[in-house]
Amino acid sequence: MSRSSSGLEYNKVAEIRGPLLVVDGVDRAAFDELVEIEDNTGNRRLARVLETGFGKAVVQVFEGTSGLSVSGTKARFLGKTMELPVSDGLLGRVFDGLGRPQDGLPDPVAKSFLDVNGAPINPERREYPTDLIQTGVSVIDGMLTLVRGQKLPIFSGAGMPHNMLAAQIARQATVVGEGEEFAVVFAAVGVSHSEASFFQRTLAESGAIRRSILYLNLADDPAIERIITPRVALTAAEYLAFELGMHVLVIITDITNYAEALREISAAREEVPGRKGFPGYLYTDLATNYERAGRIKGKKGSITQMPILSMPSDDVTHPIPDLTGYITEGQVFLGRELFRKGIYPPVYVLSSLSRLMGPALGYVIKQGKARPDHHQVGNQLYNAYARAVELRALAEIVGKSGLTGSDLRYLQFGDEFEQKFLNQGYDENRTFEDTHRIAWEVLSVLPESELTNIKEEFIKQHYIKGKSAG
Amino acid sequence: MPVKGKIEWISGPAVKASGMAASKMYEVTQVGEEKLVGEVIKLTGDIAFVQVYESTSGLRPGEPVLGTGQPLSTTLGPGMIGTIYDGLQRPLDVIAQKAGAFITRGVTANSIPFDKEWEFVPAVKKGDEIEGGTILGSVQETPLIDHKILAPPTTPKSKVKEAVKGGKYKVDEVVVTAEDKSGKKQELMLYHRWPVRTPRPIRERLDPEIPLLTGQRVLDSFFPMSKGGTGSIPGAFGTGKTVTLHSVAKWADAKVVFHIGCGERGNEMTEVLVEFPELIDPQSGRPLMERTILIANVSNMPVAAREASIYTGVTMAEYYRDMGYDTVLVADSTSRWAEALREISGRLEEMPAEEGYPSYLASRLAEFYERAGRADLLGTPSRTGSITLIGAVSPAGGDFTEPVTSQTIRFVKNFWALDARLAYSRHYPSINWMSSYSGYIESVSKWWGERVDKDWLQVRADAYGILQREDALKEIVRLLGPEALPDEEKLILDVARMIQIGFLQQNAYDDTDAYCSPQKQFTMMKMFVQFHQEALKALRNGTPLARIRGMQIIAPMLRAKFAIKSEDLDKLEALSKQMFDEFSSVSGVQEAKVA
Repeated sequence: MSRSSSGLEYNKVAEIRGPLLVVDGVDRAAFDELVEIEDNTGNRRLARVLETGFGKAVVQVFEGTSGLSVSGTKARFLGKTMELPVSDGLLGRVFDGLGRPQDGLPDPVAKSFLDVNGAPINPERREYPTDLIQTGVSVIDGMLTLVRGQKLPIFSGAGMPHNMLAAQIARQATVVGEGEEFAVVFAAVGVSHSEASFFQRTLAESGAIRRSILYLNLADDPAIERIITPRVALTAAEYLAFELGMHVLVIITDITNYAEALREISAAREEVPGRKGFPGYLYTDLATNYERAGRIKGKKGSITQMPILSMPSDDVTHPIPDLTGYITEGQVFLGRELFRKGIYPPVYVLSSLSRLMGPALGYVIKQGKARPDHHQVGNQLYNAYARAVELRALAEIVGKSGLTGSDLRYLQFGDEFEQKFLNQGYDENRTFEDTHRIAWEVLSVLPESELTNIKEEFIKQHYIKGKSAG
Repeated sequence: MPVKGKIEWISGPAVKASGMAASKMYEVTQVGEEKLVGEVIKLTGDIAFVQVYESTSGLRPGEPVLGTGQPLSTTLGPGMIGTIYDGLQRPLDVIAQKAGAFITRGVTANSIPFDKEWEFVPAVKKGDEIEGGTILGSVQETPLIDHKILAPPTTPKSKVKEAVKGGKYKVDEVVVTAEDKSGKKQELMLYHRWPVRTPRPIRERLDPEIPLLTGQRVLDSFFPMSKGGTGSIPGAFGTGKTVTLHSVAKWADAKVVFHIGCGERGNEMTEVLVEFPELIDPQSGRPLMERTILIANVSNMPVAAREASIYTGVTMAEYYRDMGYDTVLVADSTSRWAEALREISGRLEEMPAEEGYPSYLASRLAEFYERAGRADLLGTPSRTGSITLIGAVSPAGGDFTEPVTSQTIRFVKNFWALDARLAYSRHYPSINWMSSYSGYIESVSKWWGERVDKDWLQVRADAYGILQREDALKEIVRLLGPEALPDEEKLILDVARMIQIGFLQQNAYDDTDAYCSPQKQFTMMKMFVQFHQEALKALRNGTPLARIRGMQIIAPMLRAKFAIKSEDLDKLEALSKQMFDEFSSVSGVQEAKVA
């Protein structure tokens, strides 16, 4: 905001509760205005206005209120909302959760200043995403095809290899036929030092660090800062994508920590809670981050978002994964049982989905840029695996003798699907062709007549005869 | 005299302003120096509580608040079809021209073009009697829509003093001047305004007895909707709500279709914008966009406008209904609308009911769904029109007992429950055939009986009966395995699976399968029922089940949905005949052996 501010005057703090300060004697603080808080030792922290009027302003202190006292603390209203200085100098750098350099180098030279809250993309100006990304991971490419401009989160649980999967995708992702690599914006939100350094290392080893920006709010950094970290990262990503024309992959981990910070503030404001104590506006708030993905007509770049969230107690109905799933364009769901079996990546496809896969494939297949059987094979794999899982449960009760011959084929399909199609190495980069070859191999375990999702012409072309006989 | 007040307090979309004693409830106000659009939702003394439809970031206490004296209204006239609007009926393409790819605030835009000239064909002349709802004339809005110019519903009985000749007119030119009994002059133009929260009046409600055909087999054949009916589609995320709603919006045999993206994904609206102009309506042969209006208030757009978007949409739908058309409105999702209510209610510090939702959630839902219906309309000539309302519900955690789902069920007659387990196995549309229901089966059966086949109700009951029996048998299979069942019951499982794969599953992305005509639906359904009858006969005559399971006809029957187009009914009949032939040869072999 550029409007005239309350200037350089300092205001007194009347009350401190949790992460909030109530500042007294304020006439005209703007909603969302940035505030500088100075404690009695002269140290400064950043804050922002949540509520203003009747001579008071309620502000949220990003670095927390620990050590602040009512008597010695002063507040100064900065007359603008929070902005991020941006330029191509951000690439290759490491910042803290509020966008301040953390790598010992000076502030990058700013080409412009952008409001970290962004603005909604006009749906009329969105370009529908259709460029398929080859991630080199069979289960994603074959069944959950990622599209440039999509927002596809990883739903995970404690201890599962979501970071490895995200890093593998960041390393391998390309659009077939285009040499261009993705720029990576990585936002660590309340994760441990080791997780953050894993990403940093992976990016450095693959040489991707030069086209990466890292924003790190780690587990021991102030919790309230986490509300800003994804916004800062997405603001930088928008600049790279829509001003510089780059294709950007944004990885945010872990959204659960973000939502918890939001809950903390909501509780301090004594708001009426929705489910599990999370504020009623959690959906809208998450959407203001997730919707900052996509493509815009007439602009070259794109933002592909891959947020990671750990589901508390692996519960997908918990408000955070639940509301996320309603906003994002699908989800990659990691399954505890597959993880225990030692399968990597342990993607439980029956709970996973890529919403853009169908429409995007419909489009690129017509243009001859993807295999015409891609979508049908994906659906058939889903269908058959769902049946296999169902029959496994049945076999546990009635024994294999209670099953028919075709049921037993499905059980075999289930095993081969997990071992050959799903399972692959962390360094294994499979092409779309590789993925389809393996898909047909495992599908050929089933009798031809069971492949009801696939058109006959494709079955004639690719089905391997004889595999299902033995 | 418009009210002039001043901002005292701001918190998110909620603003308190003083000096507002003379303002009215639901009056539109201009908030701050940027004149952001707001609406008065609570008045205490001289303090007005205003919900602001645009981002309030940077707004300061002390800035002015101006009343407009008007309630939130829609502008109704030609030029709406094919447009994508925000929740306040501002065309998003105009906003993009003014502000660029990102939505900024304080942008004003006319809802319909005021500079465009329309070829007006008058329907009244000097001396004619007119009243509210009378058709004054028409303009061709799109090749599909003959846009009737209506006297506003509030027009008193009047006599036409002057009526223009046919020709080109802009929407704000007076085309009819009339005078009521008291001598008051009425100047009527090609457009009028109507407040969004007030239902447009009708003469009389009619029974909903005509089916709304969607081309979706599970809907039309098993859980039919009627024109003027209400329905809800609840489902956890990933169950295919959006694809199902898009299918309905694409193929419903209505004249005008409204699609409200209320707190949903931006790309979904873009998908509609990309796809609909290319899709051809099977009834008219014209692009679907020529009958579609979109309202997009996606999830990251201001939350208060999300609350308004539903009313904006249904008011526009009522306007087209008043022309004598059948309209369909799909709202995706009413849960996000309810959340907007909850958020505003929270800022008002109202006492919450269940899960923080306001206690008036139920009455607001009821009011909304009551705006559906088939009706005799006001004015002359006499005509009927309808609004079908279909709302998606996004239950938290997929739990249908949560407040929005459980309250919605009370007010809608169709319940199309989406099932996560079906979606996981890519059974789409993943409508659970056991927990869904339709309140219109009886009322639309007459239409099916007369237009498609007199046996429709019976064949439907037979097919559904097979699914019901399978559901009961599944319990036993779960405990004992399928081999424990007698052959006749195994046959039920087999035929039920055939119906599920060959009939209920429908691929929205397949050119042939995306839309299925009522005739094709009925013929397919009958074929599966007959298969069961014949197979049962064969079993009882001693044919082994394995022989029936191995029949050649099964695979083509399951592929008929893709392989045979709706217009090639004779091929479907031929397939049916082939089935009978194979049965006679299967049984024949058996009899020969026995002999």
